[in-house]
Amino acid sequence: MYSRLYKLAISLPPLFWVTLFLLVPYALMFAHSFWVTQDGVILHNWSFHQYKELLSQPLYATVFFRTMRVAASVTLLSLLLGYPLAYFLSFHAGPRKELLYQLVIVPLWVSYLVRGYAWKTILGTDGVLNGALQYLHITHEPVSALLYSPFAVILMLTHIYTPFVFLPIYASLEHIPRPLLEASSDLGASPRSTFLRVILPLSMPGLLAGATFAFVLTLGDFLAPLLVGGSSSTMIANVVQSLFGAAYDWPLGAAISVFILFITVGLLFFTEHLEKRWTFQ
Amino acid sequence: MSAAASTWSNPSLLEIRAVSKRFGEKEVLKTLSLNVAQGEFLTLLGESGSGKTTLLRLIAGFEQPTAGELWMSGQRLDTLPPHKRRVNTVFQQYALFPHLNVSENVAYGLRANNTPKSQIAERVQQALAMVRMSEYAVAKPTKLSGGQQQRIALARALVNRPQLLLLDEPLSALDANLRKEMQGELKSLQREVGITFLFVTHDQEEAMALSDRIALLKDGALEQIATPREIYAHPATAYTAQFIGQTNLLRATVRANIADCGEFKFPTNSPDGPALFSLRPEKIFAASGTPSYPDSTRFFADIRQQFYGGSTELLELLCSDGQVVRARINAAGPLSGRHEFFFFAQDAIPVKP
Repeated sequence: MYSRLYKLAISLPPLFWVTLFLLVPYALMFAHSFWVTQDGVILHNWSFHQYKELLSQPLYATVFFRTMRVAASVTLLSLLLGYPLAYFLSFHAGPRKELLYQLVIVPLWVSYLVRGYAWKTILGTDGVLNGALQYLHITHEPVSALLYSPFAVILMLTHIYTPFVFLPIYASLEHIPRPLLEASSDLGASPRSTFLRVILPLSMPGLLAGATFAFVLTLGDFLAPLLVGGSSSTMIANVVQSLFGAAYDWPLGAAISVFILFITVGLLFFTEHLEKRWTFQ
Repeated sequence: MSAAASTWSNPSLLEIRAVSKRFGEKEVLKTLSLNVAQGEFLTLLGESGSGKTTLLRLIAGFEQPTAGELWMSGQRLDTLPPHKRRVNTVFQQYALFPHLNVSENVAYGLRANNTPKSQIAERVQQALAMVRMSEYAVAKPTKLSGGQQQRIALARALVNRPQLLLLDEPLSALDANLRKEMQGELKSLQREVGITFLFVTHDQEEAMALSDRIALLKDGALEQIATPREIYAHPATAYTAQFIGQTNLLRATVRANIADCGEFKFPTNSPDGPALFSLRPEKIFAASGTPSYPDSTRFFADIRQQFYGGSTELLELLCSDGQVVRARINAAGPLSGRHEFFFFAQDAIPVKP
């Protein structure tokens, strides 16, 4: 048995850490969202002013729904890429499985920024893609719509988050006992039917976890719009960034942050509930 | 009994024609041929690595033969994918679907085969009633005990009315008492539904208790196929004699219809030359107070060990020429020292090495 003192001694540092760098900042953020600014000074007058502002300005709704659309697109695309990849690796890769798995993981070691700049180089008017298109005489002049568009943001984030979606799906596929697949075909189910009635339901926890990763991470992303998005693809985190930066409107930035926080936490609760419903052991 | 014994003379349901299976360099099945009769309970018996499970997987369609053919009811079987074969399997670890409840598990095959909805509920109920699991219809399989999961796995396979049911060591995960109980249920279930059972086990007692016929496999080849009584009474080889029940192997030299194996000499029909005989321990009797029967061979031996087994005792006897034989006699209390024993010549069965 450990003494009380010992337990206290080992739990104190993490408790201190969490309080200082998580709870206190959250409390400050909540407080700020109920304050106001006047002539560039933050006044501690408690009100719902910022939340009213948030709802009355259509700009915020536009940016918010764009962010949701981008997040949904990234989620869908990375599922469409990540699931078949995980399926192939888990069931059909044979002895090359380990190597392929490592190849999927390797991009995660490369800095996010480097990958962002890589897309800039690929999609730009002087970029690799435009060069190739012109060389092949598919286009006659550079396509400028490739870069600085929501398309570029979705492309870059899909590329970055597909491994995050792949990993939990792969783990859940690996956990499916193989005799279940034999049992299914033994009972007369075609390979397609086995996929729909055994593999898909049993990989649901991984699929939900992957989708949650992609969605939540995209929701809070501000670098992709900055690097490859341009003004037409500003997302909600960019707004927060500018409010806390150049605009110096911390209270409004805090209100948006609280709003996003609630959506994210709600989403996490929802998907966790779904994951539990689809877990069987 | 007579009905059961005659089933193996029924026409063949499944024909295994010169089937071989290789995994890389390893030859797991060696040109094996075997017929399974309509309605019989046939057991594939063998040690691990004998190829019995591989043979079962070939029939189910999870593996492809390297050479040879499988035919069922006059149709080529080995070219069909598993889901098109009228064969169902009871898996070793049951392989019940964890995301489906008991009746959904049982209904799985019926749904996969597009059975009309109106029939599914009724047939699932019948199948659950057959294995006495009706009250667990909505339970999740993970909440059930091993024996209950076993019954569900049986119901899930039998509800499809397969021509052939494959059972892959289905009782090996159960504890001893439950296993005995399930053996009885399996046997009566097979009689009831009349479906051909192909049962895989490494447990010779289980094979003896359940089967109409036993096919003993050794190193991927068929060692002997016969009824349990036949295979026990007349093992063809030394391996069979030792694998099925216990036995004493006597090395003898036959000359002029007399087998000479040192301590014992007994009459035989075997041709002259070296020969091997199987003598079951229960065919050796204690001689004290019994008259000398004709055709019996008497000998003296020291009791080296005694294993008490309730109604019988197993004795390890050291003969004066150094041979050790085992005798199973009726329980007679603690024994020691030198005693006289005898056996009848016809109980020493000549076997191939």
